[in-house]
Amino acid sequence: MAMKTKKRGKNRLERNDRLVRLALLVIAFSAVSVLLVITVFIVQQGTPIMFKYGLKSFLAGGNWYPSEKVFGLWPMIVGSLFVTAGALVIGVPFGLACAIVLTEFSSKNVRRVIKPIVELLAGIPSVVYGFMGVIILVPFIRQTFGGPGLSVLAASIVLGIMILPTIISISVDSLQAVPPSYREGSIALGATRWQTVKMVLFPAARSGIIASIILGMGRAIGETMATIMIAGNAAEIPRSLLAPVRTLTSNIALEMSYATGEHREALFATGVILFIIIMVLNTVANATSSRRRRQP
Amino acid sequence: MKRLGPRVEQKVAQAGLWTMTLVTVGVLLFIIFFILRRGLPVLSLEFLTANPADMGKSGGIFSTIVGTVALSFLAILIAAPLGVGTAIYLTEYTWGGPLTRVIRFGAECLAGIPSIIFGLFGFILFVTKLKFGWSILSGGLTMAFMLLPTIIRTSEEAIKSVPPAYRTVSFSLGSTKWQTVTRVVLPSALPGIVTGIVLSVGRSIGETAATIFTAGSALRMPTSIFSSTRPMSVHFYILAREGISMSNAYGTAAVLIIAILGINILTYYLMNRFIRKYS
Amino acid sequence: MTDVAIRVRGFSQFFGAVQKLNALDLDVRRNEILGIIGPARSGKSTFLCALNRLNDLVRGSRVEGTITIDGRDIYEPDVDVIELRRKLGMVFATPVPLPRSIFENVAFGARMAGLKGRARLDAVVRDSLERGGLWEEVKDRLETSGLKLSGGQQQRLCLARILAVKPEYILLDEPTSGLDPISTMKIEDSLRKLKKDYTIILVTNNTKQAARVADRTAFFLNGGLVEAGPTADIFTAPQDKRTDDYLRGRFG
Repeated sequence: MAMKTKKRGKNRLERNDRLVRLALLVIAFSAVSVLLVITVFIVQQGTPIMFKYGLKSFLAGGNWYPSEKVFGLWPMIVGSLFVTAGALVIGVPFGLACAIVLTEFSSKNVRRVIKPIVELLAGIPSVVYGFMGVIILVPFIRQTFGGPGLSVLAASIVLGIMILPTIISISVDSLQAVPPSYREGSIALGATRWQTVKMVLFPAARSGIIASIILGMGRAIGETMATIMIAGNAAEIPRSLLAPVRTLTSNIALEMSYATGEHREALFATGVILFIIIMVLNTVANATSSRRRRQP
Repeated sequence: MKRLGPRVEQKVAQAGLWTMTLVTVGVLLFIIFFILRRGLPVLSLEFLTANPADMGKSGGIFSTIVGTVALSFLAILIAAPLGVGTAIYLTEYTWGGPLTRVIRFGAECLAGIPSIIFGLFGFILFVTKLKFGWSILSGGLTMAFMLLPTIIRTSEEAIKSVPPAYRTVSFSLGSTKWQTVTRVVLPSALPGIVTGIVLSVGRSIGETAATIFTAGSALRMPTSIFSSTRPMSVHFYILAREGISMSNAYGTAAVLIIAILGINILTYYLMNRFIRKYS
Repeated sequence: MTDVAIRVRGFSQFFGAVQKLNALDLDVRRNEILGIIGPARSGKSTFLCALNRLNDLVRGSRVEGTITIDGRDIYEPDVDVIELRRKLGMVFATPVPLPRSIFENVAFGARMAGLKGRARLDAVVRDSLERGGLWEEVKDRLETSGLKLSGGQQQRLCLARILAVKPEYILLDEPTSGLDPISTMKIEDSLRKLKKDYTIILVTNNTKQAARVADRTAFFLNGGLVEAGPTADIFTAPQDKRTDDYLRGRFG
């Protein structure tokens, strides 16, 4: 009898623990299945029309006249790529410079000031960035270089600033993860700090830095509100840096409010393309950074 | 460059890097000062407490403040338990394995998805399929999904930084797993978890693309979670883009910036306290 | 017949492919202090954590053989591990006060076991702190953080903390390794007093400590037991040459 009660007591405990574990697993799984649900919905809404009009004309078609049922996404794809490339040209050097200064060339006190400022940069709403672009940058470009001002150049600069926090924080993490012995070893051999950064730290932190750039790229491609406000939104392939441009994200956001029927489906199809690009970038970033984690 | 001696090269590099860093910092400070300088004069008690009138051309921004608070509150209410629960599962209840990897990968991918995709998704699922319409409910749910990855990641970090010895001690004193998690691990990780949640509030305040398609843009004062609402960020966007009222746009932006500043200072303070506790 | 409280037979502990304990045979008698000595990584701590099944928390933990405590094989599937851990209190090498008050530290285990009511908790906390030899020093500041105590006081707090759970056995894993001689002495005094109510296993890397407080001593090497016997015998006339070498400081 005594055995029996004890058994029951223990089973109760174990059942409770198993119940909690199960409940948490369900929570964790439902949290992440959001990703699955999003994928399903976007794909389900967006793919039929792509196949109806042919994948090739959808992706490679140069004209977007939704009212005439002409859905060519090529200008937007090119637009997103241009703007993203431009953002990287601006964001990567400045981001890496900040990361190096923060980890290698500054005192603790300086770091204590700069780091929160960089974090603040990430917190500013994208509409505010877009607004600053419209108020300051666009007129400046119009007056200095000509053209409408709303342009690839303006969008690149603003997005370049917006991806800085991503690049900085992940690069700082990976630079700090380099074992101190590497740094000390190099300094002990008589290398200057800059040589140490160039020859030792950068190669050692390479995969983390690449991951930071890829994630920054993802942010630039995905940015919507700022791009709408400053890129000009003309649905044609830009001929120069000063020409207006429309990105995949802007395409969705600009027309979603009034689109119906096939037009709306075509916007979801735009979402599918964007989604695929982002998932590819995420997977690549994940693979590079997990390789870094496995070989410290 | 090759001809330069290493010392000179070092000097040049250092100067270059510092210049770029200062430019970055300068840009940020410029944005903040610019908005505040033009926005602060617009701010008054009336601006904050009066409802917008005439499409926002006149009046204040009270209903948009309410909209922002309602959306953020609902989003956090949903995302915080889910996110913290997921983090607890990932850190305390699993030793890795394929399922955990799937969950973690999912969370990382979720973090990279642009807000416009969340907006599309929320529009099709909540607004149309579930017939919640443009409402605080649709917007809050959509935003909750957006905030999940941040909350999961920061909670995970916070839980991981609780010394493992605390767990061992708790178990050795005859606590169950659940007791150990709720009485020892979570209280110690709480400041870190709260920091992550506050950070997410900051993100939700600034979010525009996802809410504009799910919460709508009605300027009326919301009366229930089924009312459509226009948060400050969307209000600012519409005022500025359609040129309705620049001065009200600046005022709204200033309120946004002040809120974000406040939240950043709060997280910074919380984080410092948390770090000091464990080092 | 002496009263054997813990009987270990052919006990091995594995973590994944790594074997940390190898076919141990050892008896622990009731109300004795058993000292366990041996070089680092000889399996002493692993053995303690096998007794209260803390090793279960390590990934890939697997055991062979039996450990019988009070006539019951503790690795049988229907054993209540929570109950077992309450019965065998453990003090670790580094004192780990939880980040809460002295009172709450001591009351922690009792609370987890379901003890409620301020009066009863007060009594348990006071009694445990007295037995742990800390009451006089902290009675006026029970609400201050346990982290504010000195190292030696923290370790006695940890001792008091396990006493509050009303264990029958006390497992100590190098409890004085980080402490100064005076703190060490205070802990050893407490142990001598506690012996009449508890069975104590003291793992120590300080052979002199075993000589001072242990009734019997066991010598571990590479996860196996070399020999065990009355402390005086082990220290004056070891049966095994390796014991002799270790005690003379030839290795470890």
